[in-house]
Amino acid sequence: MADPVTSDPSAADAADLDATAAAARVRSTGLRGVGQNLMRLRELSVVLVTAVLFAYFAIGQGSAFTGKDNLGNIANYTSAAAIIAAGEVMLLVCGEIDLSAGMTFAMTPILMMLLHNNQGLPLGIALVVALLVAAAFGLFNGLVTVLLRLPAFITTLGTLYLVHGLTLKVAGSHPEPAPTDGTFVQVFASQSHWWSEIVWAIAIVVVMQIVLTSTRWGAYTIATGGNYLGAAEAGIKVRAMKIRAFVITAVFAGFAGVLDGIHTPQSFDPNAGGNDLMFTAVAASVIGGTALLGGSGTVIGALFGALLLGILQDGFNIKGLSVNTFIMVEGIAIILAMVLNTQLTRFRRGARAE
Amino acid sequence: MTAPRDPSLTDEAAPAAVRTEGLAKRFGTVTALRDINLRVGHGEVLGLIGDNGAGKSTLVKILTGFHQPDEGRVLLNGEPVELRSVQHARSLGIETVFQDLALVNTLPVYMNLHLNKEPRIGPFLDKRRMRAQARRYLDDIGISIPSVNAEVANLSGGQRQAIAVARSVYSDAKILLLDEPLAAMGAKEGGIILDLVRMLRERGDVSIIMIVHNYAQVFDVCDRVNLLQHGEITLDKRTEDTSVEELLDLVATEYRTGGKFAAGRGQYLSEVRGDGTPGSAA
Ligand SMILES: Nc1ncnc2c1ncn2[C@@H]1O[C@H](COP(=O)(O)OP(=O)(O)OP(=O)(O)O)[C@@H](O)[C@H]1O
Ligand SMILES: [Mg+2]
Repeated sequence: MADPVTSDPSAADAADLDATAAAARVRSTGLRGVGQNLMRLRELSVVLVTAVLFAYFAIGQGSAFTGKDNLGNIANYTSAAAIIAAGEVMLLVCGEIDLSAGMTFAMTPILMMLLHNNQGLPLGIALVVALLVAAAFGLFNGLVTVLLRLPAFITTLGTLYLVHGLTLKVAGSHPEPAPTDGTFVQVFASQSHWWSEIVWAIAIVVVMQIVLTSTRWGAYTIATGGNYLGAAEAGIKVRAMKIRAFVITAVFAGFAGVLDGIHTPQSFDPNAGGNDLMFTAVAASVIGGTALLGGSGTVIGALFGALLLGILQDGFNIKGLSVNTFIMVEGIAIILAMVLNTQLTRFRRGARAE
Repeated sequence: MTAPRDPSLTDEAAPAAVRTEGLAKRFGTVTALRDINLRVGHGEVLGLIGDNGAGKSTLVKILTGFHQPDEGRVLLNGEPVELRSVQHARSLGIETVFQDLALVNTLPVYMNLHLNKEPRIGPFLDKRRMRAQARRYLDDIGISIPSVNAEVANLSGGQRQAIAVARSVYSDAKILLLDEPLAAMGAKEGGIILDLVRMLRERGDVSIIMIVHNYAQVFDVCDRVNLLQHGEITLDKRTEDTSVEELLDLVATEYRTGGKFAAGRGQYLSEVRGDGTPGSAA
């Protein structure tokens, strides 16, 4: 008799990473147990691939790869993408996406400098105001998508052009010099330490990972993407969850733009970041194990996804391989990660026809 | 069979736990409900029956604050209330098991059991407590789930149903709305849910509205039964005053009249009401 409730005596104990759960000797049937373990491996696999790649280039290229300057290059590439991805993951988890993040990345620091130089605002205040403007664009994305029920793909495509045009208009399409010293620079992205930007990225990623896994905000974001109607029926403010994710993504993108401009080129280019960076952030999220289907995701995974892409690009560069090869490999990596994601999800769900 | 109960529980003079006056709900051109006057006494179990699309879920969704009625009002303990949201209804003691269960596949069992009322330590979810409570709830009910950490997607229909029911039962609900809590359940699990309802009924501190398709189950646990047809209540009787045969007969009449005549539905409604006024829509 097909009785799914009585537990199968041959069921294997689920290898549970959680001590509490393990203590309770919870059980899972064999096939599902394996599926769940593979799910955990999914996050692990990007970490492993990243480590292997790092070792490969470190051994092959030596100090050209492991030198301070080069680590700085990788760290910078990773940081900007990872900070934006921290927002994009929240969006992807609740079933949305922001294509305009790369443009917000360029707009925010320029706005900050204009407020500082032309309006005489202290840098700290100018930063807050510029981030508020970024947040306003995020709010706009959210309101239009959620209330007018436009696909986020369309809304944020529009915002992408809107923000880009606005940036070029106010900046006159030439780079704005970034501040080079003072407390502001020391706090946000000291130029004398190669790690000063990635520290911010790691902090943001860790905080957002905790938010996603251990707070109501995270649980409701997952619920919103996992079962929109059901979450609404349970009384969760699903629309607010989505709007919040749009706002946070825009703010992170803007903040990343400020950090990145101070740290490396020491100037703010209105053409910085752009769609390339936005797609890198989305690619990092996907490679890290966040499905585009909504309902699940990992911010830490996205950080490693970004790191993986950073190492790959940098390593290819040092080896003298053309950037075109990197772009091709990036494409294959995205498709592979996506196939892995969906296949694992299908495998996990497959046993149960709803 | 229904045991005789304290008549004061359903005394028409006492304010009902839930009452509706002239509720109507339209979705575009579809009239899902019209002129619904429903009444559930304190501690009473009301069975709501009717064909697919009759409007049962819509009625429940109004009572839980998910939909707002186009006309009419809801009264709790005689006080008119405007149920603004599910949150708001819950704060007034109304809990619901939705037909689609409102479970999130990608969240584990223990999170689903506490969805939107998670205990916290500061800003953080108190997962330890959620897991412990989840285990206790499920043990109490007698439903076995492989692990409270399992994602809901991995569970059977019956197990999912049990989680949704447990979620509502283990709240401080004064009014419990169950939309087909027995669908997709095997005999054993269905029995467990019916036992739960019986237990709550014995305790008498919760009023329950339960949508059921199986008439035998209605007579098993309900004090009263309302038949909903095309958005209107066409029968409201205590279970001891009616029978499976009467209900079947009413529904069968609908098929005969509804199928044959252009004005079948109106005719049929005036028939069951016995008041000669045809229904308002064609
Ligand atoms: N959100 C909605 N938008 C549009 N129409 C709706 C909506 N919800 C319900 N309806 C319509 O209202 C009518 C009543 O639906 P409802 O879900 O209340 O029926 P039900 O009695 O619960 O049926 P079932 O037994 O199949 O669950 C149906 O015609 C349905 O199509
Ligand atoms: Mg229904």
